[in-house]
Amino acid sequence: MGPASAGRFRALAWAPALTVASFALPIAAGLAGTLAPAFGYLPTIGGTHASLGPWRELFASPGFATSVRLTLATGFASALLSAFLAFGFCAWASGRAWGPRAAAWLAPILATPHSAFAIGLAFVVAPSGWAVRAVSPWLTGFDVPPDVATVGHPSGAALVLGLVVKEVPYLVLMTTAALAQVRTHEHLALARSFGYGPREAWIRAVLPQIWRQVRLPVLAVLAYSLSVVDVALVLGPGNPPTLAVLAVRWFADADVRLWFPAAAAAALQLAVVAASIALFVALERIVARAGRRIVERGRRESPLSWLAAGAAATVATLCALACAAMAGMALWSVATQWRFPDAWPAGLSLDGWTRRLADIALPAWNTVAIGALATFVALALTLACLEAEQRQRRAGPPPALTLLYLPLIVPQVAFLFGAQVLLVRAGADGALVSVVWAHLIYVLPYLFLSLADPWRALDPRYARAAASLGASPARVFFAVKVPILAKPVAIACAVAFAVSAGQYLPTLFAGNGRVPTLTTEAVTLSAGADRRVIGAWAVMQALVPLAVYVAAVLLPSRAGAWRRRDTP
Amino acid sequence: MATAGHAVNAGALALEGVRIAIGGRTLVDGLDLSIGAGECVTLMGPSGCGKSTLLAFVAGSMDAAFDARGRVLAGGDDITALPPERRRIGILFQDDLLFPHLTVGGNLAFALHERARGRDERRARIAAALAEADLAGFADRDPATLSGGQRARVALMRTLLAGPRALLLDEPFNKLDAQLRGEVRRFVFDHALERSIPILLVTHDEADARAAGGRVLRFGDGGPPRS
Ligand SMILES: Nc1ncnc2c1ncn2[C@@H]1O[C@H](COP(=O)(O)OP(=O)(O)OP(=O)(O)O)[C@@H](O)[C@H]1O
Ligand SMILES: [Mg+2]
Repeated sequence: MGPASAGRFRALAWAPALTVASFALPIAAGLAGTLAPAFGYLPTIGGTHASLGPWRELFASPGFATSVRLTLATGFASALLSAFLAFGFCAWASGRAWGPRAAAWLAPILATPHSAFAIGLAFVVAPSGWAVRAVSPWLTGFDVPPDVATVGHPSGAALVLGLVVKEVPYLVLMTTAALAQVRTHEHLALARSFGYGPREAWIRAVLPQIWRQVRLPVLAVLAYSLSVVDVALVLGPGNPPTLAVLAVRWFADADVRLWFPAAAAAALQLAVVAASIALFVALERIVARAGRRIVERGRRESPLSWLAAGAAATVATLCALACAAMAGMALWSVATQWRFPDAWPAGLSLDGWTRRLADIALPAWNTVAIGALATFVALALTLACLEAEQRQRRAGPPPALTLLYLPLIVPQVAFLFGAQVLLVRAGADGALVSVVWAHLIYVLPYLFLSLADPWRALDPRYARAAASLGASPARVFFAVKVPILAKPVAIACAVAFAVSAGQYLPTLFAGNGRVPTLTTEAVTLSAGADRRVIGAWAVMQALVPLAVYVAAVLLPSRAGAWRRRDTP
Repeated sequence: MATAGHAVNAGALALEGVRIAIGGRTLVDGLDLSIGAGECVTLMGPSGCGKSTLLAFVAGSMDAAFDARGRVLAGGDDITALPPERRRIGILFQDDLLFPHLTVGGNLAFALHERARGRDERRARIAAALAEADLAGFADRDPATLSGGQRARVALMRTLLAGPRALLLDEPFNKLDAQLRGEVRRFVFDHALERSIPILLVTHDEADARAAGGRVLRFGDGGPPRS
């Protein structure tokens, strides 16, 4: 290796540190910036000495206990239900030839932002929604929407539904990826030769083996469900809301004195997530011990098979619901008029779209620009880390990179407020670059996690062969590795872009409300605008990341087809 | 003798008119074979000629990409249409495939048939199987801490504990070094034949075939097997 490349190599060696710093520093600074006002310290608004006042105010606020209970109930229900349905579905699909293909169909659901889905679901399950319309008035006798709460039900059931619809596909995909890492096929064949049916075999012999890989995604779903804001704004109860929504509401209040209890609520949110993870780990131990005992009993048939079948049926229902949600918002966006008991709009026209196009243009442009920039930076950092790892011939990733899960676990409200305070002080709030950075915190882990496995799995002999032909490490990287891995790189970028497009709270806080994106506008409008307007925004919100995803799937294979056109 | 997984209705394993093809290529054609209880037939042939596929056909775990015809009978029952979990055909692969999430005892308990009921009886069965494999007291060990030979013995005991009525061996000694190979081979044949079930062994090693001591069937490329 020449001196020049040695110098570049040294620069590359800094990549992991730079990557970790890019998200760990803002999170740490933001947490500090939230914890200080939670204990009464924020000089700019008159908090000059530490006190427990904010906490007293938080605990005394009406509905506080209900908020906490609601947060825990919806968080655990969403995560446990999602995990149960995802694993049940995978168990049921194992031993069926189309199982892997079914997983591929889930990708579009994954690319759609949470809040777009939530809006679409609200259109279906609301008292005046499509589901009731479909059976009214001929079955229900309703001429006006029934006066019941479905969306925003105090139990949080609609919120759980909205989260489960979105998280099940995610967990199924994570499970499918984990299945490729163990000898699934052989272990299944073996367990079946011992007399276990395919579902029993999967649950007893395969699931425990992949648990180590899928437990972090499940934990991420738990942390996310406990702290989600946008979906809770659309589908969750309004009064009292979940803890995270409560904090955001107070932060957004004109009365800045409410920032103190808001910071306390955000700090409590952090504690709730930490305690929930601890509880989850304890539960995991108990289930593992019980599970081993059950497995050793050797029963060939158990209710597990039936539960798996039930889970698969539920997943099918959820998929139908997801399709209805997407179709519903598309239909609303082109409806001229759609009176209540009608199952179908009175007329369809694109006029609404042409009228709204001018409003949509800027947020759409912001969404694309922020997503592209954040994805580009994240890709550069990720590739630099992976390349550094291979040039150093490390066996695995540097331990610091496990911090990548940090953004997936730490609740957004808990550090975004503090980060905003710092940005305001630096005069950088509302700048596009601040929003890009805030998105990068979330884009980076997803991009890294989806690219790392295929990258590390690349046969090192390609690179060695190229190097032996005299190619420099840089040339090997750009002319050999990147082209071979074009497909996973494209998919990882699409995933990253979708993550950026779906960000609500980071956009709001880092942009200080001045950088509108499709997601922030759609969520804001969902509170009360005309459904035809909301529908158009939600459709755009879903369409942009989906278009990027489709392009990512098609482009590399097109290029491949072109290369292969002459071979038989 | 209360050995682990004693085969109750041991009988012959028979293949009738088996033909396996994939994408226009015929791997096996017109194969008729009957293996008596306590007999071991060795199957040899070049790599890729379809030996593992034939075993998968017998076990019921063959990939749907293959086109197969013919019947499989075990102890007189036609098992061709049964799913693998109802065939009671034991398999041993090149890799021991011990479940890494279970202890050695847990691996054996996983396979031990349901007729052994109750915690005490199951424990006793497993302890007996371990003793038979010269591994008494290993029940609580993590399989990762075992040597290659020990793992191979556990894998065999595990397969036998399920109470199979026939045993398929797909190059089970391949990954063992020369000295261990002879040892494990003797162990497998002793314990498997003792249960007087039919055994079908696939191997590339003539020494395996000699040790098995039974008929040797040679697969050509697509042609009918010659003995
Ligand atoms: N799932 C599959 N789809 C298509 N072809 C397959 C599949 N599995 C195996 N084959 C092909 O079927 C043929 C038979 O494979 P098989 O594994 O039975 O060979 P084998 O005789 O066991 O070889 P070896 O001695 O190397 O183990 C091979 O040519 C292989 O390429
Ligand atoms: Mg083979």
